[in-house]
Amino acid sequence: MKSFIFKRLLLGIAVLFGVVVITFFLTRIIPSNPAAKWVGPRATPEQIKQATIELGLDQPKHIQFLRYLKDVLRGDFGRSLRSHQPITEEIKKYAPATLELVLLATVFAVFAGIPLGVISAKRKDSWIDHLSRFFSVGAVSLPTFWVGLFLQLIFYRSLGWLPLGDQLGTEIKLLYEIPHVTGLLMLDSLLTGRWIIFKDALVHIILPCITISLYPIGLVARMTRSALLEILGEDYITAARSYGLKERVVLWSYALRNSLGPTSTVVTLSIGYTLVNTFLVEAIFSWPGIGTYISTAVTGLDYPAIMGVTVFSAVAYVILNLISDIIIAMDPRVRV
Amino acid sequence: MEQKNNALTARFKQLRLSFYLLNRNLLTRIALIVVMLLIVLAVVSPLVVPYPKHIEEETNPAEKLLPPSSRYFFGTDELGRDIFSRVLYGTRISLQTALIAVGLALLIGVPLGAIAGTIGGFVDEFIMRITDIFLSFPPLLLAIAISAILGPNLSNAMLSIAISWWPWYARLIRGQAISIKQRQFVRAANAIGTPMHQIISQHIVPNCIAPVIVQASMDIGGVILTIASLSFLGLGAQAPIPEWGLMVSTSRNYFLNAWWYSIFPGLAIFVTVLAFNLLGDGLREILDPKTRKL
Repeated sequence: MKSFIFKRLLLGIAVLFGVVVITFFLTRIIPSNPAAKWVGPRATPEQIKQATIELGLDQPKHIQFLRYLKDVLRGDFGRSLRSHQPITEEIKKYAPATLELVLLATVFAVFAGIPLGVISAKRKDSWIDHLSRFFSVGAVSLPTFWVGLFLQLIFYRSLGWLPLGDQLGTEIKLLYEIPHVTGLLMLDSLLTGRWIIFKDALVHIILPCITISLYPIGLVARMTRSALLEILGEDYITAARSYGLKERVVLWSYALRNSLGPTSTVVTLSIGYTLVNTFLVEAIFSWPGIGTYISTAVTGLDYPAIMGVTVFSAVAYVILNLISDIIIAMDPRVRV
Repeated sequence: MEQKNNALTARFKQLRLSFYLLNRNLLTRIALIVVMLLIVLAVVSPLVVPYPKHIEEETNPAEKLLPPSSRYFFGTDELGRDIFSRVLYGTRISLQTALIAVGLALLIGVPLGAIAGTIGGFVDEFIMRITDIFLSFPPLLLAIAISAILGPNLSNAMLSIAISWWPWYARLIRGQAISIKQRQFVRAANAIGTPMHQIISQHIVPNCIAPVIVQASMDIGGVILTIASLSFLGLGAQAPIPEWGLMVSTSRNYFLNAWWYSIFPGLAIFVTVLAFNLLGDGLREILDPKTRKL
């Protein structure tokens, strides 16, 4: 088991190295002129030359690569071509809003998906099972960005129940001091006991959260269903039933507990997908997160910023995968 | 000759059986019909759209943002173009780009996977570690990065999808190749001194391509969605191409007062992707020996 984790760790590091290589190649090999972008559209040739030297673009490629590697290892993704600010700082500024959304959506997906999976396993081939199959295939097929617009049309335009976007309402932002402890708005307002801010943040997060959790809900429900169906056929379940245990107890505590392994793997893996979906949805809900940051970077063709976000998310994704591998390895039934 | 005929009839019977199985599940049958309709639509759409001129250039500012009516089934957009015509034509664009993207991914993945599986050893290790790296990016993110750097347009979007998608096919075909290369006919070819490239191209690839093609056809739905997402971010199709993702993206500025503008293109994405995914789901079920019930 130890050697397995060690091996996975080594592989993870190798993969991260590969990620850095790919992003480096993408930015430096494909012809584009970062120096010209750095100084702006009305720069003189001398200024561009100066910038080329400043950015180290006059060095041979392998020197550039070593420098890039060193910077990335220190957590430095360079400076944005647009704002000239360090990208790491900008990511730090935008990350909490995205993190809050991803975490909440994932938690929501677990609490909605598992019961749905249990019910459709219990009533296999009933209408609710079919509905859940349709829902999970449907959730994978839905363009998330469109769902966001659709929900806005219903809950903002037609019903007027929920706000259109952003993390907080304008009045709240103007009238109250926004607490900063962890950077996660809802957690901070809870910690400092600002109920008004918490309530407003909650109201604002509902629509984006539902939009991005549809996909993981479908995934979790399908996984729970198939794992449960397998387990319900096991001898110890028959034994538990023959002791006269209530069906509810058998299902929700005996069978479900043993089916959580594959479900937790799916959850960790789906976080990567949720993260990228968040990028798409944030633009719609004017959510001040990484997605909004990357969309502005995309429109401004700000390569270092795009690469910074890419490396940052890939690192997060590799670590998540590592964690899910270790969780699986800790299961005594899995021999590695 | 006799033998060949027998083999053909056997194959035909198998095909008919597969079709029967596909057709048996109601949801899959509907999906099959929808997919066929979409393909037909993609082919004939330039001929049947009511306002062919609205697809690209012509604008009609006098009739902008009109709600759906008998003249404009899906209403009009901010330039007064018929959304119905544009959505119909979008089928062609989406299917075409998805096919090309998957084809390109196959073109990269199949040779690399076949080489890795057949030669094995260091080559295999090397190629597989490369696929590991590519697969370690969150889905869609690598495509976003690549198309942002190549420059935002539809062909670069296809290329970026191919570059981020090929490792799946390489892995699949590698697994197949490893089992095929143990078979007698490959060993025989090897024994009589057939060069490696010929073994790979004439014996390995033709014998392990079937599951890869099936997988590729199941992926079409996902690829259509990816292209729409890239276009939505401004990284795929550019105006005035009537691409669904781009249309939803432009509609963001108007949708609160013109719901039809975002609803219909999005619905088109959803229905298309759903049909392909349901069909893929059905295919998987009948091809997997564990779930294949006769």
